[in-house]
Amino acid sequence: MIDAITGPWPWWISGPLLGLMVPLLLLLANKQFGVSSSLQHICAAVLPVRKAKYFNYDWKASLWSIVLVAGVVVGAALAVLFLNGDSAPAVSSSARELFASWGLSSPEALQPAEIFGTSALSSPAVLVILIGGGFLVGFGARYANGCTSGHAIMGLSLLSVGSLVAVIGFFIGGLAMAHLILPYIVSLL
Amino acid sequence: MKLIKFFLFGVYFGVVLVKAEVVSWFRIQEMFYFQSVHMYGIIGSAVIVGALSVFLIRTFGIRSVEGEEIKLAAKPFNKVGNLAGGIVFGLGWALVGACPGPLYALIGAGYWSVLIALAGAFAGVVTYGYAKPHLPH
Repeated sequence: MIDAITGPWPWWISGPLLGLMVPLLLLLANKQFGVSSSLQHICAAVLPVRKAKYFNYDWKASLWSIVLVAGVVVGAALAVLFLNGDSAPAVSSSARELFASWGLSSPEALQPAEIFGTSALSSPAVLVILIGGGFLVGFGARYANGCTSGHAIMGLSLLSVGSLVAVIGFFIGGLAMAHLILPYIVSLL
Repeated sequence: MKLIKFFLFGVYFGVVLVKAEVVSWFRIQEMFYFQSVHMYGIIGSAVIVGALSVFLIRTFGIRSVEGEEIKLAAKPFNKVGNLAGGIVFGLGWALVGACPGPLYALIGAGYWSVLIALAGAFAGVVTYGYAKPHLPH
């Protein structure tokens, strides 16, 4: 039993467990699931940005969303400390070949050390990945009015056409980056 | 006190995000190269559970634990915003290998350099906030 929890979780266990966020929030709190709005609420709460109409509202009414993401940080730490959470994902052999062709060492943890290790921060390409990737995720999530949780999980659960369009956008952008741009950036590592 | 339950939902979500490996840059690249069913299986089965929950709540008029009618409203459909914003988001997702939930989770998992990515995400949100009146939606 303990081994089953600390070992890798198959997708058909972890996927439904992620989907359970939808009924948990609806039934126990009457809230629709979504993560990226917390970024807006945190900006409204702590940054001097209230001149923009987008941040000039009562963020305290959405405090729950900030508390939830604080819980995410703690939950992830618990998973790493007690559930062997930072072990290398068992990616497919074709993915291993891809990473090798990019000059990355084979997975030894959740993340490639060449990009996410603190000693990699001196590389300009790593800064492009971290700052550029973060910026695009933040800008895009708010422009699309939702991210993987709010559009892909909650929105598709509501059979929302707008969410389907957003998810199609996620994959257009993701495929373009992964196939056309990322290989070049990784070659600069 | 009502906020404590949201903290606990977050803890649960954080544990599952990490154990599902959806916070892994490796898994995101594997997904965009169609080299494993892992990510598609996760997203697909999560949506099935979510959609089934919504269906049951709607069909039987299930109320929240506090007896309220459950609010189920799709977000407004912004033809340009959803697609253009989605494409920008996708570019970032494949680059840094994390969407917003995983960005938070990776910090908890001890990947300190992801704080820089999160700072980038806040910069992106602030930029969007100021640019919003000038962008097509």
